[in-house]
Amino acid sequence: MDVPSVIEYAWRLPNVVHAQGQLFSCSTESTKQIMEAIKEHGLNRVIVAACTPRTHEPTFRDSLKEGGLNQYFFEFANIREHCSWVHSKEKEEATDKSKELLRMSLARALLLEPLQEFELPVDKRVLVIGGGISGMTCALSIASQGFDVYLIEKERELGGLARRIYYTIEGKDVQSYLRDLVKRVYSEPRIHVFLGAKILSATGYVGNFLTKIESERGVFEIRHGATVIATGAQEFKPNEYLYGQSDKVLTGLELEELIAKRDERVISAGAVVMIQCVGSRTEERNYCSRVCCSESVKNALKLKEINPNVDIYILFRDMRTYGFKEDYYREASKKGVRFIRYEPQKKPSVKLVKESGKELIRVTVFDPILEKTLEIDADLVSLAVAVIAPESNKEISLLYNAQLGPDDFFKEAHVKLRPVDFSTDGVYLCGIAHYPKHIDEAISQALGAAGRVITLISHDTVIASGSVCIVDEKRCMGCGACSEICTYGAIEIYETKQGKKARMNPVLCKGCGLCNSKCPTGAIQLQHYRDEQLFAQIDAANPEKEILEEVKKVAS
Amino acid sequence: MAGVSRLQYTPEIRIIRVMCSGRVDLAFVFRAFLNKMDGVYIGGCRLDECNYTTHGNYHALTMTLLAKRIMEHIGLYPERLRIEFMNASMGQYFAETVNEMVKKIKELGPVGVGEGMSEEELVRRIKEILRLVPYIKIVKREKLKTKLDKNSPESWNEFFTAEEIENLFKEIPSYYIEPEKCQACMTCARRCPVDAIDSKRGMVHVIDQDKCIKCGTCLDVCPPKFRAVTKLIGVNVPPPPPEEKRLIKREKEKEVA
Ligand SMILES: Cc1cc2nc3c(=O)[nH]c(=O)nc-3n(C[C@H](O)[C@H](O)[C@H](O)COP(=O)(O)OP(=O)(O)OC[C@H]3O[C@@H](n4cnc5c(N)ncnc54)[C@H](O)[C@@H]3O)c2cc1C
Ligand code: SF4
Ligand code: SF4
Repeated sequence: MDVPSVIEYAWRLPNVVHAQGQLFSCSTESTKQIMEAIKEHGLNRVIVAACTPRTHEPTFRDSLKEGGLNQYFFEFANIREHCSWVHSKEKEEATDKSKELLRMSLARALLLEPLQEFELPVDKRVLVIGGGISGMTCALSIASQGFDVYLIEKERELGGLARRIYYTIEGKDVQSYLRDLVKRVYSEPRIHVFLGAKILSATGYVGNFLTKIESERGVFEIRHGATVIATGAQEFKPNEYLYGQSDKVLTGLELEELIAKRDERVISAGAVVMIQCVGSRTEERNYCSRVCCSESVKNALKLKEINPNVDIYILFRDMRTYGFKEDYYREASKKGVRFIRYEPQKKPSVKLVKESGKELIRVTVFDPILEKTLEIDADLVSLAVAVIAPESNKEISLLYNAQLGPDDFFKEAHVKLRPVDFSTDGVYLCGIAHYPKHIDEAISQALGAAGRVITLISHDTVIASGSVCIVDEKRCMGCGACSEICTYGAIEIYETKQGKKARMNPVLCKGCGLCNSKCPTGAIQLQHYRDEQLFAQIDAANPEKEILEEVKKVAS
Repeated sequence: MAGVSRLQYTPEIRIIRVMCSGRVDLAFVFRAFLNKMDGVYIGGCRLDECNYTTHGNYHALTMTLLAKRIMEHIGLYPERLRIEFMNASMGQYFAETVNEMVKKIKELGPVGVGEGMSEEELVRRIKEILRLVPYIKIVKREKLKTKLDKNSPESWNEFFTAEEIENLFKEIPSYYIEPEKCQACMTCARRCPVDAIDSKRGMVHVIDQDKCIKCGTCLDVCPPKFRAVTKLIGVNVPPPPPEEKRLIKREKEKEVA
């Protein structure tokens, strides 16, 4: 598009005292020019017509600060992603559009207000909820960097799911790892463990949480600056395939325990059938539990190790021994473990039969490749049951404003950009509470979460955005339309002499502005996106209107 | 992503940034039409993929559905308003829906003109709606915060019905202070959120009907011993007493004191 003509247009707009072109506005040279221009011309608003605020707003805000202006006096007109790049074949229209975008930005800029970002003190202590491998690993990492950690566990023992895992598919000894981990936790003076713990209440925000717990040791109020959620997961208890009715039908972890204890039933078993995807990838739980394929292959290999003659059948929908675990799948195959696919609409069925005085489980399955129905008589049937989120996740979610996904596992703020953060500041996530994952992944994530926690608590203060809501009490009719939709709990309705009024806690406000749209009277306004600022921008899209006159009218 | 991927779309659209589609006020939509914008496109995050925890996109959806019905009510094509949900990687979808919408609007013609409405009439109708936005927000508050079923978009259209909007406009109340009863205690004026009540010491208070947002606060707070405020539906508000007749008689004042 024709940049010089846009610059020339800018000069003609009201209140513009300086306009210039730059090749790369975000370069050090250019930002210096901006700073100098602010001083030289005594500017009180700066508009950069260039790219997207998503990546570059912070840069230019800094230039304003350095030029001695409040950074909220900066406005971006995106004439690249919204214009030149997407209308690259319509030069004239794109040029005109750029002018309009600039005019709209100007109208808004004239109404911008200086805002203060405020500093909040940060409590250096950390609360870790859940004493499984993830919670312990995270706590140890934080403590080793010099910070106090309160590790709370609802059971009377640390360890979580790992207490029931004896070895990994790679052959590592989980129990001795766990024993060592627990020992390290107890010998770290900065970790304060609370067993049999239940959270009674939680309030506060980033840097300043207050959690009340009841534990074996009594009731405590814990002040902390960051919260880590590592509440883990549970094994689903199915009510199909005779589970709970016959002691020959077990879950994967139950079989693992028998194997670890070299139980007679395992040693003498002639045939074992494993059924995959029990309770996973169903209508009710439409997700893959990830660990169960490896769990079955792992158990199969162990069984073969104990008794090479045992017949093992794994009935699967898709084998998902992901990553390098694929090697073990191949190994199992080589060792004679038979993998038989079944289709979800033709699930295997099981039935208890007596064969020459011996009780067996007869498994019937339709093999879609052979197009035949097979019958297998098994001494043991192991179910690869779903990994499910604990019931209490909902409660924790409400207490700390930590989002849950559709299956009640916790959901990170952004899969790629913020994988261990919640969208609520100061709350972090790790382990199988997030989604089914193996121990190595849980450990990496726990260390990641510890890193994020340290990033926060190594500072004495955190900066909260200035673009938060503010209430004009006079205009507030106390209807509560705003507070009922604010899921951050940033708005409180309280009694005054003039009736009920809304009151903001700016620290909790995340600046989405929904309350602003709900408020009938306009009493609550999202600063930096106030009604009049956006009205001015809308009005300026109308080429027939004289901006300044309109803006003045709105401003008054 | 449409930008970074250089996806080409038609240049008619001007994008205004808000942090969440939930920030798009009912008033913004009509303000745009007042400014002769021929269409309004609202882009929100995908449902259930809110970047905040407020799920403002669901609120934007109900607001849009309501606005469409109101548009119909005042004789505008509801197709001039559109909401789409997308994430950052759906640039292609954005470009396609924008093109599609602009094409549709070109068929409809400029706002008002396409509907065969004179400019004055268009402005008058829209201004009337803008004046009523606070009232609409109050009356439709519960419905506006409903989380619709994202899996059945075909049912959304019926969420607000034409009849319902008809009634909404039929039942618009006015608040009126009866001069004979008003004791000029100033309570209502102090509490009116928009300073719509002209209140001078010892003078009958008068509600400025143009400023009034019909919240009913004055009715609630007028002391029960006076009951001077009434809610009128379907009748014209009597004109206020002329300035010189607003003085409240001395005896009355004594009674109050
Ligand atoms: C069937 C199955 C088989 C598996 N097999 C393997 C394998 O072979 N190899 C492998 O590497 N990984 C395996 N895993 C995965 C492994 O178990 C996990 O990755 C790891 O144990 C996760 O640890 P965690 O600390 O995240 O969660 P958990 O171990 O679940 O710990 C969470 C802890 O939080 C506590 N808690 C929960 N809610 C609260 C609350 N409200 N307040 C206080 N405390 C609370 C719980 O009591 C628990 O102690 C398997 C998992 C399953 C389910
Ligand atoms: S929505 Fe507006 S009027 Fe109602 S309580 Fe909130 S700020 Fe007050
Ligand atoms: S109804 Fe509300 S806005 Fe109207 S005069 Fe009474 S208090 Fe003021």
